Amino acid sequence: MSDILIEIKDLKCRIDNQNILQGLNLKINKGEVHAIMGPNGSGKSTLSSVLAGNDNYEITKGSITFLGEDITEMSPEERSWKGMFLAFQYPVEIPGVSNINFLRTALNERNKYFGIDSIPAKDFLKMVSEKSMLVGLDNKLKNRSVNEGFSGGEKKRNEIFQMAMLNPKLAILDETDSGLDIDALKIVANGVNKLKSSKNATVVITHYQRLLDYIVPDFVHVLHEGKIIKTGDKSLALELEKKGYDWLKTDAAI
Amino acid sequence: MSYTEKELKKELDNKPYEFGFVTDIESDKAPVGLNEDIVKLISSKKKEPQWLLNYRLKAFQIWKTMKEPDWAHVKYTKPDFQNISYYSAPKKKKELQSLDEVDPELLKTMEKLGISIEEQKKLSGVAVDFVMDSVSVATSFKDKLGELGIVFCSFSEAVQDHPELIKKYMGTVVPYTDNYYAALNSAVFSDGSFCYIPKGVKCPMELSTYFRINESGTGQFERTLLIADESSYVSYLEGCTAPSRDENQLHAAVVELIALDKAEIKYSTVQNWYPGDKNGKGGVYNFVTKRGICGYRSKISWTQVETGSAVTWKYPSCILKGDYSIGEFYSVAVTNNFQQADTGTKMIHIGKNTKSTIISKGISAGKSQNSYRGLVKIGKGAKNSRNFSQCDSLLMTDQCGAHTYPYIECENPTATVEHEATTSKIGEEQLFYCMQRGISEEKAISLIVNGYAKEVLNKLPMEFAVEAQKLLEISLEGSVG
Repeated sequence: MSDILIEIKDLKCRIDNQNILQGLNLKINKGEVHAIMGPNGSGKSTLSSVLAGNDNYEITKGSITFLGEDITEMSPEERSWKGMFLAFQYPVEIPGVSNINFLRTALNERNKYFGIDSIPAKDFLKMVSEKSMLVGLDNKLKNRSVNEGFSGGEKKRNEIFQMAMLNPKLAILDETDSGLDIDALKIVANGVNKLKSSKNATVVITHYQRLLDYIVPDFVHVLHEGKIIKTGDKSLALELEKKGYDWLKTDAAI
Repeated sequence: MSYTEKELKKELDNKPYEFGFVTDIESDKAPVGLNEDIVKLISSKKKEPQWLLNYRLKAFQIWKTMKEPDWAHVKYTKPDFQNISYYSAPKKKKELQSLDEVDPELLKTMEKLGISIEEQKKLSGVAVDFVMDSVSVATSFKDKLGELGIVFCSFSEAVQDHPELIKKYMGTVVPYTDNYYAALNSAVFSDGSFCYIPKGVKCPMELSTYFRINESGTGQFERTLLIADESSYVSYLEGCTAPSRDENQLHAAVVELIALDKAEIKYSTVQNWYPGDKNGKGGVYNFVTKRGICGYRSKISWTQVETGSAVTWKYPSCILKGDYSIGEFYSVAVTNNFQQADTGTKMIHIGKNTKSTIISKGISAGKSQNSYRGLVKIGKGAKNSRNFSQCDSLLMTDQCGAHTYPYIECENPTATVEHEATTSKIGEEQLFYCMQRGISEEKAISLIVNGYAKEVLNKLPMEFAVEAQKLLEISLEGSVG
């Protein structure tokens, strides 16, 4: 069995007639952590949306293969069932739907897809208390409506809590560090690290090197104008912190 | 639930309306048309006393002088009142002693509706008075209620057995002069429910009545009278389904609630009548007058989940006459396809320190029109009275409409009246978020909508809340756009 978790080949996409990804290639193996950095508007969040199956983007070329299966046309929920998770940059609020109910629905929908019985309430609650400890999620938040009235930090923690509950094979963290103070950042990073294994992989999309002190990447990619223009190890992130992106942009232009 | 959204959808495509079947029961039907003789015929069929016939005739005279109201935000072909049969009763061969004697066809109908009486009997705490077309066919738990002195029976039975109560209270909250449909109902009402809770008695179970329009071309003119005597309590459930029909069917009910001093009435409705097909053909016209009056320190609470009918015109209201009385209105109204709903409430504050709360949640999908229309009236003497209103609208498509018409009339400077309103569109971002977590679009819609309506659904008795949630799901199938 191959170690390739996901392979993106020559991916091009657009939204409202504007080309965003312009021939992106990326291969991620099980057990790896990839960081994706890049200036504003380079296509980082688009990449995460497209991987999760957001159909606002039109894929014009290329393919995404996940665990050996072409998922380019697959619905978001099916990708989720197969083990893809996106921690949103701006988690949405769903008034009147409790966090717990939301997650139980999500888990049961997945179980249904795999023909497994619904998770018994007792097991589910046990899992909730275990996983919420991982990110130190306040007990009250679990019973509150999904993200409603949560602080920025609470929303991000809640994303990682959901990730822990769904236990994905590929987790994409879209600027999970934005809006977090240093303590919250440590907690969130710690949660992500605990979920890491040789069977799953993590994609960390970030602007700042700081997060990568806590979630240490195996690879760092620089995205510019919808393409990966440079790949390196964690030292690349440090270099970017010092030098910015301009030196790479010039290289890419040549 | 073992049932998936997709299965449900498939089923709905094949079977446009879940409860759209017709029971083959011989009906005792009045000739088509409306005139004084028909009114007399109905009265005599029901062996009514002279005073009630006079009441009907007076109502009929008034009705003839009235015009169908046209101020509501709805458009429809006016019913041809001369083309309706005003009385239809399943033929009764003899008095029924037990369920075994009930027409098996009828029992089958009840089973299809999922409300078999045996089951209801077993399920603790629900007494069912089943109304098929116009005459009550079977009643359960009567003895148990009887021990407490509670009267729960069909309106016709009450006319025979408790004429003094009917005479004293009927028409005191909704007089026949009130409006066009109330006048029509007062003239030709066929049957309905009657309930009396004696002083100090807390009714130990939820009382429920299932209404069902069955006979083709018969309008249904229900009459409900509910009296909660001093310091008593009752929770009453009303749920409706009707068979699928091509021509529009008229339903003009009158519901009167009387909460005497320190009494409390909780009245819950789930309305799921045939809304017409996807192209707006057919469906029930639901023109209902519901009103309650509160005595000193009493409380009336209306909760409604409206998903059915082609056209709805309905404003369950409270007259807060007694000091310190409380009125509440919790409503979820869903419209899809070409449905039109103009619904809301009236809170009339007369007594001192009276309080009212209005929570209205409109959900519009397809090309439907959904309007909230409410009046909060604070009378001169209603010192220190308070009202809080919240009217939210949720839009599912860009072709539907949501409208809010709040009227506030305040004649007392010490009163506090608050009104909040929001309009939102179901968010693509919300849907994508749910789908990313593995929740399919249909399920996500139902989750979001149920969350939105939760404040109201929570007010429903348990067994109704589940049914109501399912109804919301069914009503909004494939409706996002």
